[in-house]
Amino acid sequence: MTERRLPAFLLVLPALALILGLFVYPLGYTLVSAFTDKDGHGTFANFSKAFELYTDDILFTLIIVSASSLAVGALAAGIGGYLVLGENPRAMALLRWLYRWPLFIPFIVAAQCMRSFLAKNGLMNNTFDALGLIDVNNAAGMLDWRGIIITFVWKQTPFVALLLAGAMASLDRATIEAARNLGAGRLRILIEIVLPQVGGTLVVGLVLSFVTMLSVLSVPIMVSGGAPTMITVDMAFRINSYGDYGVANALGFVSYLMTGFAAWVYLRRSIARAEAT
Amino acid sequence: MRRGLLWLVRGATLGALAFAIFGPIANLALWAVAVRWYYPYKLPLSYGLKYWYEVFRPSSDAAASLGTSLVIALLTVAACLALAVPAGYALARGRLPWRGAVMLAFLVPQAFPSVTVYINIARIFYTIGLNGTIVGVALVHIVHGLVFAVWISTAAFAAIDRDLELAARNVGASALRGFLTVTLPLAAPGILASAVFVFLESLDEFTGTYFVGVPDVTTLPLLMFNASIGGNYQIAAVTALVLLVPSVGFMLVIERFLKADVLASVGT
Repeated sequence: MTERRLPAFLLVLPALALILGLFVYPLGYTLVSAFTDKDGHGTFANFSKAFELYTDDILFTLIIVSASSLAVGALAAGIGGYLVLGENPRAMALLRWLYRWPLFIPFIVAAQCMRSFLAKNGLMNNTFDALGLIDVNNAAGMLDWRGIIITFVWKQTPFVALLLAGAMASLDRATIEAARNLGAGRLRILIEIVLPQVGGTLVVGLVLSFVTMLSVLSVPIMVSGGAPTMITVDMAFRINSYGDYGVANALGFVSYLMTGFAAWVYLRRSIARAEAT
Repeated sequence: MRRGLLWLVRGATLGALAFAIFGPIANLALWAVAVRWYYPYKLPLSYGLKYWYEVFRPSSDAAASLGTSLVIALLTVAACLALAVPAGYALARGRLPWRGAVMLAFLVPQAFPSVTVYINIARIFYTIGLNGTIVGVALVHIVHGLVFAVWISTAAFAAIDRDLELAARNVGASALRGFLTVTLPLAAPGILASAVFVFLESLDEFTGTYFVGVPDVTTLPLLMFNASIGGNYQIAAVTALVLLVPSVGFMLVIERFLKADVLASVGT
């Protein structure tokens, strides 16, 4: 038994060592750096400075990422729902082909697309102008908080929709057909029958998206130049301009707390489900 | 009447969705072939491939960045496969103590916002002379890619019928030969998909390179970022298209290699 365990462990060890050395160790370093001053003494000064300078940005980040997650969830539920409850095969095939395009497009490319598309004189305003919906000369661009949310939603919806559509496709169709025979509308079937059964998948997808969006540096810089901005930009600024690792890591710690909140939502749901069964 | 209305709503919704998805890409493509385009003109004043030439000219910064990006991506794929194939096999087949904890460790890089980690890696690398080196950047990409490589290859190995390996052993093949001639070829499609994915992730990686690569390593995403911030929309658009095409191509073919449910189970 032991002699069979040892080789298996040796096969895993190099990969594991790399993760521990180059991710877990720097992760722990954040705690040390955030709670100590330059001489290594324990302090909360980094946090008071971070809150003094960046409270607006912390709130801004939380609101942007939460709003984006909610929008991603709603859109993904709509796409997945139509793919499982739709009645027009051609429209379903078209939607299935359409929704995935941004799936693997990197954030930095998405940001560059949106930087031109959402500008005052971008393709979006120009198209609306050509359709007679707005006058482009009086219109404003969306290169602010709206642009960040639009970019995040554009990029993350395909991922969550893919997860949801997979989970929905493997549901037992009998309950759906039963509800349909009893005369329930499609929206009602989606909300009352389909979504509760794939809630776990939805939450997993949204938590992963939440963490991903919290880690993005390029989108807030490229899509919205001004203040308030996201804390990733502030962290880069503290490092590049002041070499101030203390405050940068304090902000990093705050982003861990936000992730912790998302994970807590996820765990609470899992526990509730475990208790229910 | 109601039928007609339904068609209208369906068509309008799909049309709006198509505009939302392809509009930003179309705008990027327009910038990539625009030679002169400024306010208040709605479309470029003249088209051409002038900036493509500027980007792909052998002596250009972009050509050098493309070379750097490819070297780093190939290093990353080679290292990830060398580490993830044995690890994935052991996790799928071996009797590993604390298997759950080990699998969880390979999820950690997905579970925490990475900017803070990159900042601290850059600080550590600075003290040991790895900052601003190809190896330093590749190491950051490898850690990021390992998550996907390990999970996908574990799934690929776990999906193989164990009896096939046992049959090979019964007719006298050694454990290594059984692995190389039976198990590995069967797992190859999944491993290949993970290799392509790791390659793309490395090619597209921005944040880690931004902190660890400065000032000497400029990959294609960094070049694109600098061009965009510097207001050179054509160079940024051409570079962005170079990064976009493989990503979209991968999205279109991925299901031939990996079923959607395998893909969906990665990282969950």
